Amino acid sequence: MTRFLVRRLSLLALVVWGVVTATFVLVHATPGDPARATLGDKASESAVQALRAEWGLDQPLGAQYWHFLTDLVSGNLGTSFQYRSPIASLLAERLPTTLLLMLMAVTFAVVISLPLATWVAVRGRGGADIGVRIFGAVAQGTPTFLIGTLLVIVFGLNLHWFPVGGYGRTSAEHLHSLVLPAITIALGIVPMLVNSLRASLTDALQSDFVAFGHSKGLKPATVLAAYAIRNGSISGVTILGIQAGVLAGGALVVEKVFAIPGMGSLMLAGILGRDFPVVQATTLVFAGIVVVVYLVTDLSYALLDPRARLA
Amino acid sequence: MTQTLLPQTATKTGLDGSKPPWRFRMRPLHRGSNIELLIGGVIFGAMVLAAVFAPLLTPHDPTAQDLANALSGPTAAHPLGTDNLGRDTWSRLLFGARSDLGIAVLAVLFPFVLGTVVGALCGYFGGWFDTLTMRIADVVSAFPFFVLVITLVFVFGNGPMSIFLAISIVSWVSYARIVRAETLVVRGRDFIQSCETGGLGNARIVVRHVLPNTMTQAIVFAMSDVVANIGVIVTLSYFGLGIVPPTPDWGQMISDGQQFLASGIYALVLIPGAAVILASLSLTFLGDGIANALRAKR
Repeated sequence: MTRFLVRRLSLLALVVWGVVTATFVLVHATPGDPARATLGDKASESAVQALRAEWGLDQPLGAQYWHFLTDLVSGNLGTSFQYRSPIASLLAERLPTTLLLMLMAVTFAVVISLPLATWVAVRGRGGADIGVRIFGAVAQGTPTFLIGTLLVIVFGLNLHWFPVGGYGRTSAEHLHSLVLPAITIALGIVPMLVNSLRASLTDALQSDFVAFGHSKGLKPATVLAAYAIRNGSISGVTILGIQAGVLAGGALVVEKVFAIPGMGSLMLAGILGRDFPVVQATTLVFAGIVVVVYLVTDLSYALLDPRARLA
Repeated sequence: MTQTLLPQTATKTGLDGSKPPWRFRMRPLHRGSNIELLIGGVIFGAMVLAAVFAPLLTPHDPTAQDLANALSGPTAAHPLGTDNLGRDTWSRLLFGARSDLGIAVLAVLFPFVLGTVVGALCGYFGGWFDTLTMRIADVVSAFPFFVLVITLVFVFGNGPMSIFLAISIVSWVSYARIVRAETLVVRGRDFIQSCETGGLGNARIVVRHVLPNTMTQAIVFAMSDVVANIGVIVTLSYFGLGIVPPTPDWGQMISDGQQFLASGIYALVLIPGAAVILASLSLTFLGDGIANALRAKR
């Protein structure tokens, strides 16, 4: 296990360095001047020079890279041009909202997928299978913002079950207003999760240990829950991990659709306001979330299945 | 997982037969068993035709405003009604298909070619090139797809060119991974080894023997990639970061229509929304159909 950990962590360190460098290159080494782009064509040359100096853009690229790395290590993510406040404190306000949204999305994804997959696996080919496949194709082919908008029309504007946007003030209101956004993100992952769970459940149902469970005289429901689902859901953990990027990207989109003050809406505000430090920091944190989820998935998979540690 | 999809003809054509060892052939439709291919092909084909012949299918200019007729319901002149600026929704839908479907399909080509070639080289030669490429691929995949595309469009500016560029930078990774994995399987097979012992050059082996046997999966994936691209393009336009108005586009139409949802006018969102879903669904069916056809050849 130690060797496995060391190997995974060193690969992770390499990827993190790559992500940090790629983000730096994106913002610093692309054509055009961020300071000029931020201030617009009408700004005076002296104002642009002042902003370039403030952001350190007047230094050589190597020095900029070094400062970028050292600032990052010390937790300094720069200052937002629009908000005129440190980005670290902006993120501290908004990151928890995004993480809560992602957590709720995962919960909904599992709550929707597991019964669907079990139903189809038990029923086999037929109406149920076709129905779930068509549902999956529709959910997969509908852009996240459109799913969100359709849910708003049905459950917000017509049924009035959930707010059409905003985040509320109390904790209960927060949770209530995150339900539709979380379901929106979840529907993007459900098709793949159902497919993978169905495949592994179908395998499990035909295996010897399930036959053994039946021959012991256990109730079919017990065999299903304790033998088949438990074994079949290991693959679900991996799929959920691989989908971390979809989750994070989904959060970015739904925060805009539902006007939720999370990290995604901060990033989009940064993009529309040409706020380079904010775009740079949010890109980095989104990638950071994905990298951490990949690692956690790897580790939990290794704990669940000892064979993975040797691979 | 992927080996089963490979055509088995390569070994029969000998070392360097004049016939290409692999040919893209569909299962005949009239047998009626490949229903996905039929449904997907007909619907998507109809949408492409409608986009190509858009000027023949509507008398209205999609950008012409007619404020006196704003937000009208379906009439004889405007079968799908008009938007808040009095522009004909049917025309905007047709011309929107041109921009969205056109860019979505074109944006697959470059990542497909780049990813396939890089993946084949990685899988065939291995070594430092493979290691370096796969680490770059790891870094690209660490960014959430949408976050990276949006950041790239932010850096490159709005418009079709930067959408192409952003999608290309992100998407080649999937093709490279798929083809690399396939190549690793093919590399160990007898016919490649006999090519090597027969003294064929590396370039010839990769182009004539490895690529034809590894591209099937990449082609199947390309279909789902077009679906993903449609999603990216309309989402970017919805955010105001994609196709620049007044060029009609489905994402922009949905975004414009959204402000009238609270007044109970849903058509301006539902009509372009239905077009997006129909396009994606038909492409998904088409992709499944092609995958079925290739599997049936086995």
